[in-house]
Amino acid sequence: MEIAPLTPVVYNFKKIGPVPSATDMVDIVLTRTQRKTPTVIHPGYKISRIRSFYMRKVKFTQQTIAERLGNIVENFPRLNDIHPFYADLMNILYDRDHYKLALGQINTAKGLIDSLSRDYIRLLKYGDSLYRCKQLKRAALGRMCTIIKRQKSAFAYLEEVRKHLSRLPALDPHTRTLLCTGYPNVGKSSFMNKVTRANVDVQPYAFTTKSLFVGHMDHRYLRWQVIDTPGILDHPLEQRNTIEMQAITALAHLQCAVMYFVDASEQCGYTVEQQVSLFKSIKPLFANKQLIVVINKIDVQPWETLEKTKKSLITEMCEAANCTMMCMSNVTEQGVMDVKTAACDKLLQARVEKRVVGKKVDEVMNRLQVFHPAPRDDEERTAFIPESVAQARKEGRVGSADHKVKKTTAGYGVTKNDGDVDMDVRKTERDIMWEMGGPGVYSMDYRKNYLLEKDEEKFDAIPEIMDGKNIADFVDPEIDLKLAALEAEEDQRMAENQAKNMGEEPESDLDSDEEEAFSKIRTKKATSREESRINRKQNTPVMPRNVRGRKKDKHDVGLLDSVEGHLDGLGVESSGVKSNVRGRKRERRERNDDSVAEEMDLDTTGMSKGALKKMKKEKKEAPKRENSLARSHSRPREPSQVGLRDEEAKKVATKKEMTAKRAWSGLSGEGDQRKTVHLVKWMNTGKKRNGTHNKR
Amino acid sequence: MRIEKCYFCSSPCYPGHGMKFVRNDSKQFRFCRAKCHRSFNKKRNPRKVAWTKAYRKTRGKEMSVDTTFEFEARRNRPVKYDRELMSKTIQGMQRVQEIKEAREVDFYKDRMKDAKGYKKAQAREEIANGLDLIQPAMSKNRVPEVMAKFEKNREKKANKRHDMEVN
Repeated sequence: MEIAPLTPVVYNFKKIGPVPSATDMVDIVLTRTQRKTPTVIHPGYKISRIRSFYMRKVKFTQQTIAERLGNIVENFPRLNDIHPFYADLMNILYDRDHYKLALGQINTAKGLIDSLSRDYIRLLKYGDSLYRCKQLKRAALGRMCTIIKRQKSAFAYLEEVRKHLSRLPALDPHTRTLLCTGYPNVGKSSFMNKVTRANVDVQPYAFTTKSLFVGHMDHRYLRWQVIDTPGILDHPLEQRNTIEMQAITALAHLQCAVMYFVDASEQCGYTVEQQVSLFKSIKPLFANKQLIVVINKIDVQPWETLEKTKKSLITEMCEAANCTMMCMSNVTEQGVMDVKTAACDKLLQARVEKRVVGKKVDEVMNRLQVFHPAPRDDEERTAFIPESVAQARKEGRVGSADHKVKKTTAGYGVTKNDGDVDMDVRKTERDIMWEMGGPGVYSMDYRKNYLLEKDEEKFDAIPEIMDGKNIADFVDPEIDLKLAALEAEEDQRMAENQAKNMGEEPESDLDSDEEEAFSKIRTKKATSREESRINRKQNTPVMPRNVRGRKKDKHDVGLLDSVEGHLDGLGVESSGVKSNVRGRKRERRERNDDSVAEEMDLDTTGMSKGALKKMKKEKKEAPKRENSLARSHSRPREPSQVGLRDEEAKKVATKKEMTAKRAWSGLSGEGDQRKTVHLVKWMNTGKKRNGTHNKR
Repeated sequence: MRIEKCYFCSSPCYPGHGMKFVRNDSKQFRFCRAKCHRSFNKKRNPRKVAWTKAYRKTRGKEMSVDTTFEFEARRNRPVKYDRELMSKTIQGMQRVQEIKEAREVDFYKDRMKDAKGYKKAQAREEIANGLDLIQPAMSKNRVPEVMAKFEKNREKKANKRHDMEVN
């Protein structure tokens, strides 16, 4: 666990905000001021109000600019605060001085604008008219914008830097890293492609790789970084270009395992001597680093057949540097993994050793304690294998000697590709299912696996419910005892009851006459209650007999008889009922009913009540009309019959009126007369006992 | 399949009938029909609603404590199926039901025994007051002996009332 150098601020190169160009910046600032500050002002306002209005604008602009410029300066990394590798890289790519200058300029611009705004606000305090304040504000904002416009080049440069910076590979300078270096075209990028998931461009021309590339791989459950560098040429440091310098920087600053690639076949265009000389010149960079010299492209030029001189050169070089030498080929992938493993292991070893030497190790060691369990007795405790399994294994039914998994088709339907089905395997339920017809057709009867005392009872249908009770609630192994106890208890209780019943009073001490009277009274009361209930429901107000008069009596001929009968039943004299009825004039009494018909000798058999009524009415009115006919022409007519000519017309008119009335009231056709029953008796009567609201 | 008891009225909920309500504290309530379910939702206490078994048992109108109830208990230990035991159980169930019914009848009688005297007095009074309905004063069919007896009873009652008033 390496300690990372403490940085007060953590830089994330990808998260630096974009730097707008100078003109854009001006736009942004001015529009923001316009949007966020009040815009309406009139000369008629108080001067203090006008002043504060304009001061606010100036202040706001200054604040906006300061905020934005401050952000830029802060977000860009300080070269002293980042890892020296990155600092150096940035120096190479962007020129340290230029970078610092640009940021410095921006900072000074910020300071200038601050002082500007202070001055102008001071001036605005003494502005005496709207016009003057306005001009002051214009001047202030104008000068601020000019300052910003002067920084045009700085902004542009910083934007470029930001773009490039965000595209730099995310290199962690502290983790395990492998570095591939060597001449151009020796096979570094190919190696990267083989070992990691990176897909670096591999081309036959030199300097295909123009910048550092990072790939990640796993080895021994750890993450490793593999860095691919641009090829280095052999000339002194001052003459190196940017691309080469990147490689040098990586070499210089990263604690890694270096793999120096040597092209044995000289396909890269450089001889082995040249490569060896390059090695010697950059040897100082390999100080304190694990080094592996990798002989590449052995498929073209195997190591054995290499020229002696070249071989000796290389071996000398390796010995001098005290490093391991390995051969590999990217094309045939021979030795690639070995190289990788060797490099990784070497680096790991070095890192561990370094840590062990340091002080931090003690801390960790103090917290670790290694236990070696010692056997407490001589008893041997081997793995337990049940007898049946051991036997089965011996017979070959279960498992195999070498514990290899046997692939069987048991449990699946037989297909045409199956030859012999492996019969050693026990027939499973699935096999049986497939035999019997498949999943939907056959399902296993689980009852056959029941473990009961008596096997013949296995397939019994077990009853669950009886008489509205759950049988499972009554099942009890001790039910015999309980039942016996219950029976005994019941016998005892019956005996006690009998004894008690001896001394009981009889239900009733009424003799037969009283009983009879009692029942008669009861029935009488009940019937009179029922009758009154029925009579009440007839929904018409009943006038007392003396008021409504004898007409009802006359119609209801049987009423007087029933009164008579009732009195007779009670044993009271009833002869005076009919005769004592209040008398009326004899003629009038006789005149009604059948007497009229009899007088006129009309045949009234088979006539309906309505027709009878009509006839009676006519007959009654006829003599009246006769008497008054002499004065008939002065009798006023009904207004609805004024225009009608004669009796016939009148009849027709009245009939039409009647039919129209019926149509109007909705009783026109014969089909309209029927009224459907909406409430059905069986559905709506009775108490709602065990049903619901839509049935009883 | 089990026959459960309705939470509200304690009547049996057969499979396919009724509803089950599960509360947030995971207590389950079974209802045999919408009547019970709605009453529950109205927060009615079954102990106060007259037609439920809970009410009847609380008020002592029905037998609630008896050894026959111990036969029907939900036992959580499953018993392995045994044909003999099953047949014994079924016969036992029927016998227990008979005994239970007999005991319930006795319970009712016991509950109603105090009403006997009251009912007798009520009958006599009704006869005395209702005489006029069947045999009015003017009736020809009046049987003198029976009338005399009733008259005597009526006088006795009138005297008693008079005594009470005086005292």
